[in-house]
Amino acid sequence: MHSRFLEVFFNWELIQRYFPAILKGVGVTIEIAAAVVITGITIGLMLALARSFRVLPLSALIVLFADIFRALPPLVLVLLVYFGLPNVGINLPSFAVLWLVLSLVLAAFCEEIFWAGLLSIPKGQWEAARSTGLGFLGTLAYVVLPQALRLTVPPITNRTIVITKNTALGMVIGVGEILNQATTAQSFSGNATPLMMGAVAYLILFIPVVVLGRFLESRFGWRRI
Amino acid sequence: MWKCCGIDLIVWPQQLVFIIGPLGSGKSTLLRCCNRLEEPTAGSIRVDGIDIMARSTDINAMRRRIGMVFQSFNLYPHMTAFGNVALALTKVLRKSRAEAEKIALAALARVGLAEKARAYPAELSGGQQQRVAIARSLALEPKIMLFDEPTSALDPELVGGVLKVMRELKQSGMTMLVVSHEMRFARDAADRIIFMDHGAIVEEGDPEGIFSKPREPRTRAFIAEIVR
Repeated sequence: MHSRFLEVFFNWELIQRYFPAILKGVGVTIEIAAAVVITGITIGLMLALARSFRVLPLSALIVLFADIFRALPPLVLVLLVYFGLPNVGINLPSFAVLWLVLSLVLAAFCEEIFWAGLLSIPKGQWEAARSTGLGFLGTLAYVVLPQALRLTVPPITNRTIVITKNTALGMVIGVGEILNQATTAQSFSGNATPLMMGAVAYLILFIPVVVLGRFLESRFGWRRI
Repeated sequence: MWKCCGIDLIVWPQQLVFIIGPLGSGKSTLLRCCNRLEEPTAGSIRVDGIDIMARSTDINAMRRRIGMVFQSFNLYPHMTAFGNVALALTKVLRKSRAEAEKIALAALARVGLAEKARAYPAELSGGQQQRVAIARSLALEPKIMLFDEPTSALDPELVGGVLKVMRELKQSGMTMLVVSHEMRFARDAADRIIFMDHGAIVEEGDPEGIFSKPREPRTRAFIAEIVR
């Protein structure tokens, strides 16, 4: 019984055989995740800042975007874009599709988080800065945004972890990330060891990110007394 | 609905004009109109000869010359006392770092907080925070300073330090418009007292006149209420 378990999940021979493939998957996952984090958070921040100008039609569009991309399951979006766009003549490589979709999903969540952060800064901060002659943009850049960003570090980190884990969806459209490599290896070998390797790879990748998030959370509190 | 209506008020240079009145009388609204934090619907407000309501007036440029001190201090919590004072110097007046540092430290010294320059607002008492806020305005060398209930949020033992700074400002020739409930301070520092009620000026005069011989019944009732 005991050895059967080891045989299925921790087969040493298979670990050696599929290690390079899983490692390749790790590389791809890191690439997509990094690209998604950069574009997703940047777009989210830009949208929240655009919304702070309070131009009604623009704000309405941003809210619509954020609500749709937060409501739809990322898998639906991935399939829709991957199998839908070629019909209108746009052929994106699967890597690009995954990057685009996850970026937009992360951007939608980040926009809402940044916006909530901007709103949570008391009116008095705006008034104090404006009363010294600082303009709207100056106040936003030097007074309101720095405070809002610190407040949003924990929720942004959490959301980023959730969305980047969705790189595993790359499996269904053939992106060679961790889960894709693992399931391919699993079907060739008929053994769950590669999946276990994939799981371990995710842990190795994401536990440091979770720990980093906790560190940032404590680091960014400025009300240190 | 008018919060304030038919106000006609002149503050001469180097005067300290004190606005008193019951809650909701429009004192703060009037004060906040003076730098357009509150937008008046009609009328004109001139500061240093310039109509701040005029379309051609750059309100940001005018606000540099109109200092404002708030009831809740409104210091930037992510910056040190020094950073709070230096921000507008570098970003609005475009001073060099060295110059801004000199001016900011001098302003902090003026409110007696030179040694707290590196402290964050959370590390300061309410009174110290309010003095930093005064330094933040003062550093821009305003033509007039507006005080919106500067001591109302302070514990009683911290009020004295803030009033002392305000007294020194007055002695140095600063023009000041003050909304406050510190009647003793009003009595011995103000040049003129304005009593407001229901969004209008009911009575104005020198401290002696308002506190000892108020003419209007409403003023008399208010004074009797607060002196008791």
